[in-house]
Amino acid sequence: MSESLVRVSFTVNGAPYDLELPPRRLLSDALRHDLRLTGTHVGCEHGVCGACTVLVDGAPVRSCLLFAVSLDGAAITTTEGLRAPDGGMGPVQRAFHECHALQCGFCTPGFVTTVAAYLRDHPSPTHEEAREAIAGNLCRCTGYVNIVAAVERAAELLAGSAGSAGTAPDGAAPGLPEDAAAPEPSGGASRRLPPDPSTVAAAPSVRPLADGAGAPPASAHPAGRDSS
Amino acid sequence: MTTKLFGQRVPRVEDPRLVTGDGRFLDDLGHDALEAAFVRSPHAHARVVDVDVTEALEVEGLVAIYTYEDLDGRTNERLPLLIPHPTLTHGRTQYALANGEVNHVGEAVVMVVASDRYVAEDAASRIRVEYEFLPAVVGVAAARAAEHLVHDDVPGNVAAVMVQQTGDAAAAIDAAPHRLELDLEIERSASMPLEGKGVLARWDPDDRSLLVHTSTQTSTSVRQALAAKLGLPVDRVEVVTPDVGGGFGVKIVHPWPEEVLVPWAAIRLGRPVKWTEDRREHFVSSAHERGQLHHVRVGYDDEGRLLGLDVEFWHDNGAYIPYGLIVPIITSTQLLGPYKPGAYRVEFRSLYTNTVIVTPYRGAGRPQGCFVMERVMDAIAADLGLDRTVVRERNFIRPDEMPYDQGLVFQDGRALLYDSGDFPASLARLKDLVGWDDFASYREQARAEGRRVGIGLACYVEGTGVGPYEGGHLRVETDGSVVVSTGLTSQGQGHRTMLAQIVADELGVPFDRVSVTTGDTRRFKYAVGTFASRTAVMSGSAVALTARKVRDKALHIAAEALEANVEDLEIVDGHVRVQGSPSSSIDLGAVAVLSNPLRYAFDEAAARATQFAAPADPDRAPVGRGEQPGLEGTDYYSPPRSTFANGMHAVVVETDPDTAEIRVLRYCVVHDCGTLINPMIVEGQIHGGVAQGVGGALYERMEYAPDGQLLNASFMDFLMPYATEVPDIEIDHLVTPSPLNPLGVKGAGEAGVIPGAAAIAAAIEDAEGITISKMPISPSDLFELRRQHASREDSA
Amino acid sequence: MKPPAFTYHRPRSLDEALDVLASLGEGGKVLAGGQSLVPLMSMRLSAPAALVDVNHVPGLAGVEVGADAVRVGALARHSAVEHDAAAYAALPLLRQALVHVAHPTIRNRGTTVGSLVHGDPAAELPAVLCLLDGSITLRSAQGTREVPAADFFLGPLETDLRPGELAIAATFRRPPAGSRSAFVEVARRHGDYAVCGVGALVADATVRVALVGMGPVPVVVDLSEAYDGQRLDEDRARDLVDAQVEPEGDIHATADYRRHLAHVLVARAVRQSGSDRRAA
Repeated sequence: MSESLVRVSFTVNGAPYDLELPPRRLLSDALRHDLRLTGTHVGCEHGVCGACTVLVDGAPVRSCLLFAVSLDGAAITTTEGLRAPDGGMGPVQRAFHECHALQCGFCTPGFVTTVAAYLRDHPSPTHEEAREAIAGNLCRCTGYVNIVAAVERAAELLAGSAGSAGTAPDGAAPGLPEDAAAPEPSGGASRRLPPDPSTVAAAPSVRPLADGAGAPPASAHPAGRDSS
Repeated sequence: MTTKLFGQRVPRVEDPRLVTGDGRFLDDLGHDALEAAFVRSPHAHARVVDVDVTEALEVEGLVAIYTYEDLDGRTNERLPLLIPHPTLTHGRTQYALANGEVNHVGEAVVMVVASDRYVAEDAASRIRVEYEFLPAVVGVAAARAAEHLVHDDVPGNVAAVMVQQTGDAAAAIDAAPHRLELDLEIERSASMPLEGKGVLARWDPDDRSLLVHTSTQTSTSVRQALAAKLGLPVDRVEVVTPDVGGGFGVKIVHPWPEEVLVPWAAIRLGRPVKWTEDRREHFVSSAHERGQLHHVRVGYDDEGRLLGLDVEFWHDNGAYIPYGLIVPIITSTQLLGPYKPGAYRVEFRSLYTNTVIVTPYRGAGRPQGCFVMERVMDAIAADLGLDRTVVRERNFIRPDEMPYDQGLVFQDGRALLYDSGDFPASLARLKDLVGWDDFASYREQARAEGRRVGIGLACYVEGTGVGPYEGGHLRVETDGSVVVSTGLTSQGQGHRTMLAQIVADELGVPFDRVSVTTGDTRRFKYAVGTFASRTAVMSGSAVALTARKVRDKALHIAAEALEANVEDLEIVDGHVRVQGSPSSSIDLGAVAVLSNPLRYAFDEAAARATQFAAPADPDRAPVGRGEQPGLEGTDYYSPPRSTFANGMHAVVVETDPDTAEIRVLRYCVVHDCGTLINPMIVEGQIHGGVAQGVGGALYERMEYAPDGQLLNASFMDFLMPYATEVPDIEIDHLVTPSPLNPLGVKGAGEAGVIPGAAAIAAAIEDAEGITISKMPISPSDLFELRRQHASREDSA
Repeated sequence: MKPPAFTYHRPRSLDEALDVLASLGEGGKVLAGGQSLVPLMSMRLSAPAALVDVNHVPGLAGVEVGADAVRVGALARHSAVEHDAAAYAALPLLRQALVHVAHPTIRNRGTTVGSLVHGDPAAELPAVLCLLDGSITLRSAQGTREVPAADFFLGPLETDLRPGELAIAATFRRPPAGSRSAFVEVARRHGDYAVCGVGALVADATVRVALVGMGPVPVVVDLSEAYDGQRLDEDRARDLVDAQVEPEGDIHATADYRRHLAHVLVARAVRQSGSDRRAA
């Protein structure tokens, strides 16, 4: 008995697609195999590693946890959609390159989309905020140090390209295609969380363990010092 | 004057393609291929009684179903035992599809080929396999007790017993003023790259040749294995590595069952066939590592100097042993670290269990050895009331004692001979970096605030650049571009960038005119593979030697063309010129043209090499005896033994007095891998290794139930660290060049992970005052240790 | 890991959705966020014959702040609830708990109501609903029923949702003005399921806590008798908590450790609520 196909229409990186797919086709597979956009990768198929992260209507989601047919009318952005207009590296991608924030490159597409959306909403993160922003994606190669640096570098590049104006006139932040503008805020929602200590979802390993974590010893050198 | 690239933080040539989503990983290829899925055993130990495929046959899109009975030729033989050893008296490997018996959850029983993976899984889920349960042997204790056997013909579940020794350790320990005994344990983890395995095979019936893409660390070895297993001439088989999403050791094993079965099916079906491993499969049918149990006796003097060290350990090798004894041999030998052990005896038993096979994972047995030795050092320091760095310093091999022969045989079958390193200098740098001498006062200050902090350190030595050899090929094209290839493979280490840096410097050409291919048997056929931190040493040296060879040839051809002396020539920016007289020059592309005397010009540039255009001695043969046309060369590097890198890590942790949560506050690394070709790449390797070390110390543990079920076969429950679990990493380098290769380099790939568990255990012990002898350790484990410690103290 | 085949329905109105669900009976499952359902299907641990995709049904995504309660519609994503300023002002506990739910990327698609219907005692939202004496609104072709939180969660991953029913909203009752709240959790890694979590609600004379991962359903404990209006008597609180919790051991933590964490986190949550936002 063959599977009946369901019609679905969505855009990917601005290009419209009208498809007939088996309902169980995961969005990750539809992008990779039906549309041949293999930039998005599949690392676990249970929503944990984040390599499959794409933007749906501007918000990062796990494409391995979506059925493609459920995305009727959606605007999807993949890492291919975050290139520069000439097909070269977009600002987030360039930041990753400059900071050596990729080694094998398999997890990278999920980071790039996540970071692009994050910086659109939070253009100047602190070091710890930059780390928190990427805390939902696994990387086995880099140890994350350079990825955190890439978030900060991407923030610089995006700020530089937009000048002091902030966002482009069409509402999308620079570096993001038009259809990846921030999701419509629901009545009164703020983009930035208020500085409320109980809302800081710090991991056990970085949560303040008592009121005010002390500083490392005074003779500590700043991270990454290289005396070669 | 062009800047030398050797030693520069050159951005990677691999990046632009990868970062824009233009990578070509295995599953990105073969959109036209059929896809495979497997029925895998849900039981740890069982006989396969019957396979009923009736319901599966109704699935639309099914193409084929295969069991062991279908395998022909040599595909129905066991997979090879890759590294034999005289002590491996009871080596057992698996069949590509189970032949009547399964020995671990995940072992492949039936192969399904269908139009796509969804359909293949549908068919697989309808196949009914009847099993007769057998008792499962899980864990070192059960294997040792041997109440049940994994393999009927392997008594005691012992694959091998191996002893190495120098001097008489037992006597030295008995005669020593002080003695200690320790029991230590490291639990199983795994490489766990973000991309699993994958194989794509195409058989060309017209050419009668096989092209296989596989996500492997050794394309040349897979090629040999496939030719053997499939009964094909080697030159009718080519194996190409695509972009590979991480390896960390697990992809050095070969041939995987799927690497044999997918090409076999492709030939049989006359259609391309692809298999992309999913995450669950990777957990239960690739490989794990790290599980060992150690019993140590050590004798030492009043100064804390080792007089004798006796180590007995049990290594869990899983259900089969295709990779031989490499991991426990590395543990046995690298356990010694940068120290003189006095007399040393190490004995290990490699034991079968009904679990996934155990093969190298980054570090490959060194983390276990380092854990043991560093716990010994800390225990000695605690016993004598000495500073932990002082005890280590007293045991260090000194720089003037290099080369130092430990008197043992290393994993490459060669002497464990340390060639370089300055351990006292490295330790001094580490103490400075972390602020070792100031820590006591910091700890007191924290205590006053109700916080618990601790500091630990660990030192290791790593034999890198094992042989037997690697090679390089270089060709200058007539347009001046330089095409380089080496046979080993890449999984994200930036090899193409690093090797291009070497070529650019050695040959004198612009970096962006050099392109490098790795892991493609069509381009380079003789190689070993990428493992054991060997690429920079082996392929780096081979490529450097090759470039020098080609440079020499270029100079000789150019000397004739320029009517100059070879000694007066230099190559700068791709131009061969007379030193001090830049107008007298010829570019390398033109030299390439001249290197290949032609009868026919295929383009304008080539015209210059034709018989009437090129000046030539009419009495001399155009291509002399022993010469070859073309501006190209091949060379190999084959060292007499490994070259020894080393490193030392210091960690500051904080533990929560109430919740027992453990947090790494600082992670400091001093690292000596000889000369650095690209410091950015080396640091990236260290970062990644450190993250895996933190993972192995605090989060990662394969949880096997007594019946052999893997309880945490997913990323939800096998906990790899996110960015929030890995601290910023502070690195300082020391450079003691290797005397063994032309570049002075030592391997760097595995270094970051080796001392992680040891250093973190030491820091937790320092914070808590509780002995830590087992890793990994979770907050729950620490809570239970605290309770046991408190009740011991209460009853003391 | 590919899911098995199913029949797919994409209703465009609530009535259409309810009609389809009625006709499918036991064979129909609702697809909203899918963040729990899809991986179960990919692992072939769940194989519903039919999915009713409600993502295109209008009118279900609202977050309504009323005088007595915050009502969250079926399609309100966790992130929408989390970032809703009015909801936060009315009921800070929602956001305090939501930031512990997985990672932001999961929260962008997963729905708060979906998490409640999934009924995992190790999840944060069921505990919050119970602590606030909330309820779930269940609609079917036959009509509507409102089920109080205490009656909704029946066991691990088992709720009172019946075949043919769609949970269209969850109502989180607002605590008395001046109440304070906090949510604390210990997880193995950032974003993981709680090893133990505690939501605390403190009014002038009352303290109530709900515990995550400490029993087959969320455990709510009234600690008022251990509270003097200023400080919690931690020994007394410990006894009250111990009487109610049934921690289990698993590969991540022993039962004893979980019990210990419950004691620690209850005290911490109550202390932390003192320095937190007061509900409007």
